Amino acid sequence: MKLWLVLLGLLLALTWLAGAVSAQSPVSDDQVNAIAKKLYCPVCENTPLDVCPTQACKDWRALIRQQLSQGWTEAQILDYFAANYGPGVLAQPPARGFTSLVWLLPVLGLAGGGLILWRLLRGWQARRLPPAAGVAEARLGPAGVSPELLDRIEREIEARF
Amino acid sequence: FQGVSLFIANPFERLWFLGEEVVQSVWQPAGAVPAIPYDGQGLNPLLRHPGMIGHPPTLYLGFVGFVIPYAFAIAALVTGRGGEDTWIRTTRRWTLVAWLFLSIGLILGGRWAYDVLGWGGYWGWDPVENASFMPWLTGTAFLHSVMIQERRGMLKVWNMILIILTYSLVLFGTFITRSGVISSVHSFARSAIGPAFFAFISLTFLASLFLLFDRLKTLKSDNELDSLLSREAVFLLQNLLFLGITFATFWGTIFPMVSELVTGEKITVGPPFYNKVNGPLFAALVLTMGVAPLLAWRRQSATRLGRALWLPFVLAAAITSGLFLTGVRPVGALLGYWLVAFVGLTTLGEFGKGIKARMRHGENPAVALVYLLLRNRRRYGGYGVHLGVVMIALGVVGTNFFQQETQGLLRPGESLHLGGYTLTYETLRQYALEGGDRQVTEAQVSLYRDGKLLRHLRPHKDFFLSSGQPLSIPAVFSRPGEDVYVLLVAWEEVGPEGATFKVYLNPLVNWIWGGGLALIAGTLFAAWPGREAAPSWAAVRRPARSGAGVFG
Repeated sequence: MKLWLVLLGLLLALTWLAGAVSAQSPVSDDQVNAIAKKLYCPVCENTPLDVCPTQACKDWRALIRQQLSQGWTEAQILDYFAANYGPGVLAQPPARGFTSLVWLLPVLGLAGGGLILWRLLRGWQARRLPPAAGVAEARLGPAGVSPELLDRIEREIEARF
Repeated sequence: FQGVSLFIANPFERLWFLGEEVVQSVWQPAGAVPAIPYDGQGLNPLLRHPGMIGHPPTLYLGFVGFVIPYAFAIAALVTGRGGEDTWIRTTRRWTLVAWLFLSIGLILGGRWAYDVLGWGGYWGWDPVENASFMPWLTGTAFLHSVMIQERRGMLKVWNMILIILTYSLVLFGTFITRSGVISSVHSFARSAIGPAFFAFISLTFLASLFLLFDRLKTLKSDNELDSLLSREAVFLLQNLLFLGITFATFWGTIFPMVSELVTGEKITVGPPFYNKVNGPLFAALVLTMGVAPLLAWRRQSATRLGRALWLPFVLAAAITSGLFLTGVRPVGALLGYWLVAFVGLTTLGEFGKGIKARMRHGENPAVALVYLLLRNRRRYGGYGVHLGVVMIALGVVGTNFFQQETQGLLRPGESLHLGGYTLTYETLRQYALEGGDRQVTEAQVSLYRDGKLLRHLRPHKDFFLSSGQPLSIPAVFSRPGEDVYVLLVAWEEVGPEGATFKVYLNPLVNWIWGGGLALIAGTLFAAWPGREAAPSWAAVRRPARSGAGVFG
């Protein structure tokens, strides 16, 4: 009889303990969404995981919730999904292998464009041809006015206004 | 169009019953009877929004409008007159109008996404969004760059490239949207015209470029660049930045396709990529926008530039420091706020300078402002558009850096808290609309701040029986400073255990819509015909031999 009571007490204590442990770390929706934001739905087109209403996405979010309650870190969860479903589920393309090109090319393109521009501008400055006489004069007034005179004119105009 | 209609997909085909089957044909086949389907499913529920009345037509007008400057540009190239700016002057208003409609279309699309798609945002860098954004980017660059050709006869090759790119991107945008070659949430229709379209784009783009290179000699600049510190040089920088953003967006849009072709793996290129790559480029562009009006044509003295810039610079720094002291910490946000303040101040400064100049003639400030605007529509309309861009930038900084969200399951009477606001779930209603087709589950929630009731909000989840499509419509409480955006979460069940709500706090988001209105107003003002002299068609030419200038 006493053994029974002891066992029952133990069982109840264990149950309460288990409940307490899981109640200590309930995973909030916000925590799930924070990670879901970084993933994309595998089924729908271009829909982030925290917004998608399909059953597949619900299952994935439930999986994330479970992983979070088991103490997985964000990096671990993202790696898990990328490993199992392909890197296409990540919102930010990883900078590895061929995919690194997606990051590299814009940077290279901009740098390349800037370089071309710089060389062009340098070339223009070096040559310093006089403007085509006639048309330019009709449009812009005299060439060959010294920079100091120009500056003085502009300063006087500014002083008035 | 003729080719496509005859050989691929004819838009004029109708449905006929021929015996038991349904066939498609333009003319009535012998022995056939018109097949009139029963009531269809109605407009896709996602598209039932006022913005959708305007979004397709305005985008389309914008796209098609750019044909006009393109056609004139090609004509100028073909006739060997690409070096003159006649084609630019003739098509200036058309370019502005096309650009205006494209901008309206983009803004309406963003507003629709915000109101209906239920993820608290307005731009997702989705391939179809990018497809309409890229021609806008090159079109804006084109709009500005032609000013240089008008004033100084420079950048002629640039302008040709920009308009060819704009038109090609318009075709490409249509191709992406309609052919479904790149998967997108916007794909509402599919069509068989994909390959033909692709051929058309390639042909147009390559033929235009070929023509350009063939006529390169006719596009020599009339003038050279005098100084790196000049309006011409900063316009070149602007072109580079716009093209950089366009290229990054283009590459990000097609990369999933490329990656799948090359490695077999599908990669998703989403907002994190675009924010990191395009963000700094846009910031640089906004900075350029603020500084360019202060740079003189040909040569700007650095000291005078400094004198013009120091006050807005310091004031903007003061504002930013103030924001830092009130708790704003992310570096990107602080830079963004500084930029918004700086560019806003320099642009307003242009208005101020003009008013001051007119006041010298005895006008009071109000009258001076009115006459200033009326006499210089093009310039001050343009500055008005820049102010609109600054407002949009402010909204983008706010929502990008400071958006907060929370989600939770609430039983009636329970509350969610976010950023000083409290949302309490009251009751639930279920009813049907539209003859029973639309099943609405509506929650009533109360929004409080500091204990005071602000509003009763009614977010609802709808289900359309005929199309089997669910829809989640948010309830939004709007203030100039921020939006409180409440959703009844689409995928969670609503029942006796409670309902799941998602609340977004979107700071400064209404500055985007306000900025959009300012942009539209500014463009209309700049484009409005006034009492101008009719454009003169003859270029003024003096004999080249008058080597002696005006001063001898």
